Amino acid sequence: MAELQFREAIRDAMVEEMDRDETIFLMGEEVAEYDGAYKVSEGMLDRFGPKRVIDTPISENGFAGLGIGAALNGLRPIIEFMTFNFSFVAIDQIINNAAKIRYMSGGQFKIPIVFRGPNGAAGQLAATHNTSTESIYATLPGLKVIAPSNPDDAKGLLKTAIRDDDPVLFLESEVMYGMKGEVSEEKDYTLPIGKARIAREGDAVTIIGHSKSYWLALKTADMLKEEGYDAEVIDPRTIRPLDINTIVESVKKTNRCVIIDESNPFASISSEITYQIQERAFDHLDAPILRITAKDTPAPYAKNLIDYYMPSAEDAHKACRKVMYLD
Amino acid sequence: MASKTSKTKKTTKTQVNGTDDEPDLIRTEFEYRSFQSEHVDHRELELKDDQLLDMYRNMMLQRRFEERAAQMYGKQKIAGFLHLYIGQEAVSTGAANALNVGHDSVITAYRDHGIALALGMTSNECMAELFGKIDGCSRGKGGSMHFFSADKRLFGGHGIVGGHIPVGIGIAFAHKYKEDGGVCLCFFGDGAINQGSFHEAANLASLYRLPVVFVVENNQYAMGTAVHRASAETDLFKQASGYSMPGALADGMDVFDCYRAFTEHIALARENQPSLLEVRTYRYRGHSMSDPGKYRTKEELEERKDNDPIIRLKAYLLDKELTTNEALDDIDDDVKKEVLESVEFAENSEFPPLESIYEDVYVQEDYPYLGQSKN
Repeated sequence: MAELQFREAIRDAMVEEMDRDETIFLMGEEVAEYDGAYKVSEGMLDRFGPKRVIDTPISENGFAGLGIGAALNGLRPIIEFMTFNFSFVAIDQIINNAAKIRYMSGGQFKIPIVFRGPNGAAGQLAATHNTSTESIYATLPGLKVIAPSNPDDAKGLLKTAIRDDDPVLFLESEVMYGMKGEVSEEKDYTLPIGKARIAREGDAVTIIGHSKSYWLALKTADMLKEEGYDAEVIDPRTIRPLDINTIVESVKKTNRCVIIDESNPFASISSEITYQIQERAFDHLDAPILRITAKDTPAPYAKNLIDYYMPSAEDAHKACRKVMYLD
Repeated sequence: MASKTSKTKKTTKTQVNGTDDEPDLIRTEFEYRSFQSEHVDHRELELKDDQLLDMYRNMMLQRRFEERAAQMYGKQKIAGFLHLYIGQEAVSTGAANALNVGHDSVITAYRDHGIALALGMTSNECMAELFGKIDGCSRGKGGSMHFFSADKRLFGGHGIVGGHIPVGIGIAFAHKYKEDGGVCLCFFGDGAINQGSFHEAANLASLYRLPVVFVVENNQYAMGTAVHRASAETDLFKQASGYSMPGALADGMDVFDCYRAFTEHIALARENQPSLLEVRTYRYRGHSMSDPGKYRTKEELEERKDNDPIIRLKAYLLDKELTTNEALDDIDDDVKKEVLESVEFAENSEFPPLESIYEDVYVQEDYPYLGQSKN
């Protein structure tokens, strides 16, 4: 194992895949000469040259669509959004073209493309720069959505995403890019799309969290541990397709579930997981499923307000105690 | 008759902004000329006699196919939206004959039956798609607006106005990246040119020098909105100068002029020089099947029909004694038969089986669709 930053793990995944397959190219704003807005693609222009590491104008609709066309015509593009907040000016490309062209062509064409970049809240950036996009994109058949929480998963899953023949949205996080973690040094390390990770085993309550929320789930489990309870922590890793089987098996064991999801609450990933659990394991539930999400408002700027807006381990801890009937 | 209806309007304004190495990179000169039958010689355009008859046959096929489709729509055999191309056949035919079909790529908007047939897709697969049958060119999943053919390299058929234009430059990008010599013809209508997606794609294509021809098929109306009510600059080809690429104008009611213009612009694309070609044409039918057409007068429509591209080609063929009336009648009969057979084919084709709803969403074969599993 090697200790890498999240950004380095993503870079390694791209570099290894681009070494392996010449049809892969990286395109986005500031990915080449600037070395990446968040230094994810640092050094890649030098390594691969301007044919394969390509700066774009600020023109998301244009270059997202370009990537889709290139994928239709035999290439495997990696399109970087500086953040997924900016993907909204390209949303027609993602929703109507990436997700649907294969279907409407009766399966004649495939679109092996990865859209990647940071997603979700990243501090005092106010409302437009703090959107969690996963529930918006995960609602669309034709897309796959991945949201890893650590460098090892990021590397293994990104390599798989690049090799996947379907369009994948790979959601990272500005605030996680500097996070260090052990990454497998196994040659050609890949992880399967659609498999959750049981990060910690336990029987008291199932706590689910993806991306940054995973770390809140872990902190919540630590708080419970101090009180003598072993929570099971699950990181779904892939949002679509969701590994509901792993979640349901866990809930059947713990009979309780709390979901942490930093999206806005309405029609969020937590809503979907809750529905699927009650559909599959209603008789196993000893308490209603609770969720801790961002507030049902746009993200504010003021320090105290954004802190209040975001889900916290303290709130998740209270929710766990509630479903365990401790309070 | 071609000789009576032809007109020549010529405006020339040249702005050269290139270096010695790249003269005429930026061309804003254009020529709007409509060949008069006594003034055009197809051999100068390197068109063979046989090819002209094929072009005539294909234009007839496009027209008769759609007339029959409209009838089938009335009989409720075809549903959804049906946008007819009737009147614009010279554009698709000129384009397809200038292309290396099967190697070059084409992407277009929702008025896509004409180009599909011009590229050589069969009447059977096209009619079956309109009927929503499994033998349709998109297996009954696309319908009228979404014809696709991997074989002919038709990348759709797209229903969101302007949304496919960035995809078109991506197809061109891949041709250049793979160095396979292919180009992409990216068609869209006069309505789409006001979408941001066109402007982003035009800028990117010129910036990256992509082998693409942007073809704005100006049929005068975006649904019911005339060009002058939608575009501040009604000479749509002039948008090219904002993106440092050549722009030009062709007569979309004249298959010779279309062929000439497409040949020139495809040649530019082969040198990685993108360009914008405006083709002025006219659709005889409504925007779709439910269009009362209150935005234009009957007189305007009749006047335009006098300039019909098929009649003009027919006049040329007879004028030059390349064929006889009898031979053309035989072609017409043959086309009629082909279209009737396609209706029969579509009728007899099966509806897609229900389980096929889960096919073609993902390449992954074991994708776990919600609600699919019975347990």
